[in-house]
Amino acid sequence: MNNLEFTLLVVLGSFMAGFLGALTGLGGGVVLVPLLTLVFHVDIRYAVGASLVSVIATSSGAAVAYLRDGFSNIRIGMFLEVATTLGALFGTFLAARVSTAAIGVVFGLVLLYSGYVSTRTPVESPEDNHPDPLATRLGMNGVYPSLAGPKAYFVHRVPAGFSLMFGAGALSGLLGIGSGAVKVLAMDQAMGIPFKVSTTTSNFMIGVTAAASAGVYLSRGYIDPALAMPVMLGVLAGSLTGARMLARTKTQQLRWVFAAVIAALGAEMLYGAFSGRI
Amino acid sequence: MFRKSDWTDQKIEVVIANLLRAGVTLSAMVVLVGGLIFLIRHGLSIPHYRAFAGEPSDLREWKGVVRAALALRGRGIIQLGLLFLIATPVARVAFSAFAFALERDWLYVGVASFVLAVLLYSLLGTAL
Repeated sequence: MNNLEFTLLVVLGSFMAGFLGALTGLGGGVVLVPLLTLVFHVDIRYAVGASLVSVIATSSGAAVAYLRDGFSNIRIGMFLEVATTLGALFGTFLAARVSTAAIGVVFGLVLLYSGYVSTRTPVESPEDNHPDPLATRLGMNGVYPSLAGPKAYFVHRVPAGFSLMFGAGALSGLLGIGSGAVKVLAMDQAMGIPFKVSTTTSNFMIGVTAAASAGVYLSRGYIDPALAMPVMLGVLAGSLTGARMLARTKTQQLRWVFAAVIAALGAEMLYGAFSGRI
Repeated sequence: MFRKSDWTDQKIEVVIANLLRAGVTLSAMVVLVGGLIFLIRHGLSIPHYRAFAGEPSDLREWKGVVRAALALRGRGIIQLGLLFLIATPVARVAFSAFAFALERDWLYVGVASFVLAVLLYSLLGTAL
């Protein structure tokens, strides 16, 4: 297989990953690294580097649509980015010190978890209308547009959310993924932030988190331009197409299929790591 | 308890959204041009990503990348486009710090500056 054929196949695979990721809301980043390592036999370090770059592209590309709706909260996002960027640096520090097989194992577990989480119907945590002193001091409480007009919300348990975000950043730096699932978990389960606000704010933070590790990956020589090029362009085109079709598609069954794909890739990743292929 | 400046926040978000879109568009175009040059010159060579060797040192830091791009090397141009992409969220954080200063929200000027410092350390500092 020469460079031209390889590039075209990777563009195609990345397009599908970005397309399904946007359509199901699960993000394409999580399937990219398994796709590159298991199908295209790319070394996991190159795969993580290319995936990080594409995560920045999709997060920034999608931000336009999200921001227009007025759901995201820039103060919550900025404050938690302190945790995710420090976590990302910690993740890149780990990535250089653990074996590729260990990265494969962690990746496999994260895939299985993501597959499991995405089949559940999320339950909104009960509304708590007592302001939390720390969150209030940090100016995090806000208002979002709902069908019944602007709706106020209060943010809670800032330290717990902050710690989880450090973990999300570390996974992002280690695995080259957006860790959107962990970010949303921290915001809506721990901090009690409404779904629409947490999802959009999380998307916003993903690009900044990935940029923190991308700089380190670049200087380590993990970002190969000829590999990152088809991955980034493919994922970006796929996710923009998916986002455009979102309004016209019923996604529930698709979510199940994609969740099954993610879980299967997780199992394959674990097998690959334990059998010494990664 | 709620900030009076929500309208200002909204305006800031619109600017940020446009900034991000411009960054991604510019980066994608540069990467595409570099990719075409690379494929025209090396399309028939065999890729070798199975074994990890790491990139040559000039594609690891921005000065080398700029030199390679100016020499019209395909891989150098792609890498320059990727640098634009990595710089996009950094620019967004820098703009947020500036916008918080306009709102006289000094606490968040501090928070945004800290995030900016971490990003610059990652981008400009040597490998950990």
